[in-house]
Amino acid sequence: MYKINLGTITYQFENLKDLMAKASPARSGDDLARISASCMEERVAAQMLLADQPLTVFLEEPLIPYEEDEVTRLIIDTHDKKAFSLISSLTVGDFRNWLLNENTTSMKLASVAAGITPEMAAAVSKIMRNQDLILAAKKCQVVTKFRDTIGLPGHLSARLQPNHPTDDLKGIAASIIDGLMYGSGDAVIGINPASDSISAITELNYMLDEIIQRYNIPTQSCVLTHVTNTIEMINQGVPIDLVFQSIAGTEGANSGFGVNLKVLDEAYDAALGMHRGTIGDNVMYFETGQGSALSAEAHHGVDEQTCEARSYAVARRYHPLLVNTVVGFIGPEYLYDGKQIIRAGLEDHFCGKLMGVPMGCDVCYTNHAEADQDDMDTLLTLLTAAGVNYIMGVPGADDIMLNYQSTSFHDALYARQVFGLKHAPEFSEWLENIHIINHNGWLCHTESSPILGIEKL
Amino acid sequence: MKTTGLTIPPRDILENDCWKELKEFTDARIALGHTGASLPTKEMQKFSLAHARARDSVHMPFDYNNVREQVEKLGFSSVYVSSKAPNRSTYLTRPDLGRLLSEESKKNLIDLNQEDNDITLVIADGLSSKAVHKQAVPLMSSLLPYLQKLHFKIAPIILAEQSRVALGDEIGNLLHSRFVAMLIGERPGLTSPDSLSVYLTYCPHAGRLESERNCISNIRPEGLSFEKAAFKFAWLLEHALVKECTGIELKDKSDDPSTYNLIRPKKKDIRLA
Repeated sequence: MYKINLGTITYQFENLKDLMAKASPARSGDDLARISASCMEERVAAQMLLADQPLTVFLEEPLIPYEEDEVTRLIIDTHDKKAFSLISSLTVGDFRNWLLNENTTSMKLASVAAGITPEMAAAVSKIMRNQDLILAAKKCQVVTKFRDTIGLPGHLSARLQPNHPTDDLKGIAASIIDGLMYGSGDAVIGINPASDSISAITELNYMLDEIIQRYNIPTQSCVLTHVTNTIEMINQGVPIDLVFQSIAGTEGANSGFGVNLKVLDEAYDAALGMHRGTIGDNVMYFETGQGSALSAEAHHGVDEQTCEARSYAVARRYHPLLVNTVVGFIGPEYLYDGKQIIRAGLEDHFCGKLMGVPMGCDVCYTNHAEADQDDMDTLLTLLTAAGVNYIMGVPGADDIMLNYQSTSFHDALYARQVFGLKHAPEFSEWLENIHIINHNGWLCHTESSPILGIEKL
Repeated sequence: MKTTGLTIPPRDILENDCWKELKEFTDARIALGHTGASLPTKEMQKFSLAHARARDSVHMPFDYNNVREQVEKLGFSSVYVSSKAPNRSTYLTRPDLGRLLSEESKKNLIDLNQEDNDITLVIADGLSSKAVHKQAVPLMSSLLPYLQKLHFKIAPIILAEQSRVALGDEIGNLLHSRFVAMLIGERPGLTSPDSLSVYLTYCPHAGRLESERNCISNIRPEGLSFEKAAFKFAWLLEHALVKECTGIELKDKSDDPSTYNLIRPKKKDIRLA
């Protein structure tokens, strides 16, 4: 039992899980799960009490029992005590102070990352304001490599997302051309296929491989299908750069996605065995999002933001090239409006980076949420300030296959322009050589670009 | 008005993209042009208009009486059910209620006294009634010849309001149905406010996981055609019967002719691999 007395009133919380849920900034998903604070005062009371808890309490009182959940076992069994020792005497409140202190450098943060459990990251995020989440995340640098280098300070990458509702090869190629001509694609050229037919997604993989090879583009490809499909294609010798999977923060929710750690281990081994990276071997690509555990009815009464942070423990086991939270995709029952989506995007980016995960963000919303493109501009701008590794590049921000709105090729250029950021260095060099972007970062594409005509391949 | 040498000609501000002809291959918003790195005013406003329309269509009521008449013309009786979500705003924030039948609907289905159906087709509003109004019955007509080929016994058609995908689990279970297929409105996109999905579940019962379903999405004339969707659906049914499951264990290989048995595509509609 956790108790706090605020003068005339005492608030009680049944256990650490309850305290965490009630300390979580307001969002519809926690209301849906009926675990949120009943009034604003109770929420602040929970945050004050949470600030007084030692970080070690999260090692002693797992929110989801060790015996019941393999993600909890992963978190406890792989906890790096040596990395943790520097911060082991801190409370959650002290931890916030330490993160924001100017003497806490990027190097120090990197050295403790493996000692920070998802619950510690989630707890401190709950007592941080948006500006705290930005400042602390900005100091956490997580750099990954495959054919180019993603996540360097002063750089912002983008996933070129050329989806097409029927996976039409020419339709997808047309969007790839558009994206490349706008300098997008340094994180990955990644297709969400409409189909999960092996032969259809095999064709997509061959097309991406041919485009990247023909134009010698320093980037990587991915067709975002279930990991078992990808393993099957690897076994058939299909060229696969990155292995993708949607993941969540509990064993039950992962089982809803049709995966577990064993399957992911197999996929990771298969991906490493391809040896297709030229400058690095970060070979996995994961997507996450608050609300997935609740939506699979596998959240164990844990708030959605903490469940999300737990998925980063799953991700970091596999040293991924890319992880992104698809923050507003899930809908208004989990994140109701622009305000909640913006807050969640900043929390996810911060928690992931703090734990050493190379976070990007799909800054997005659906048409049944109370949000619009102005909210996306705000989140994009804040995340860029926070040093997000990559964002999505969707033609005109309108994904015609997944039916949601994300960020556009133009948006990525906007963010780079406002903050003076560059593309991934290898990709930037390629863009200059092929006369798409000049050395100032301005668009300089012309009719004579060799990229035009890809659709005729 | 007379202009001086200092006046900016508006068309000189923008740069058009020289690959506009690629628009014939996709509805994606490509070759939009740019001013600096930003969207030209016209394109920005086109987007705002599409968003406004999609927002409006989420809230369109399900005209189940009209769908019922069309279903009757195909020779089927239908039963209306509703979920526990009493209205659209509750439906949007309480998906749990959208997965449960109202007490009255549950009773109505039990009273049907159905036994041993092969399949229950549920026409469900989901997030776009517009999609259901336009696509559900044409898809059903394309599907019927395949169901006859499989000698399927079809339960009465269910029309479900304020519905989520998992509502079909309870419906299929109450109708003692081996399969349930939810023909449900997808959440509207900017270019496709009227796209339908089919979710197929073997042995439907409460507690089925999403990974135990197969989904065919983007069904509309401009997307996946009714005939192609119906063939894919029937292919999945035939192979699910053999495997005795749906979901990730059942991989969609419907474009591989070597897998064809009873269910074969109509040659004129399907491009063979």
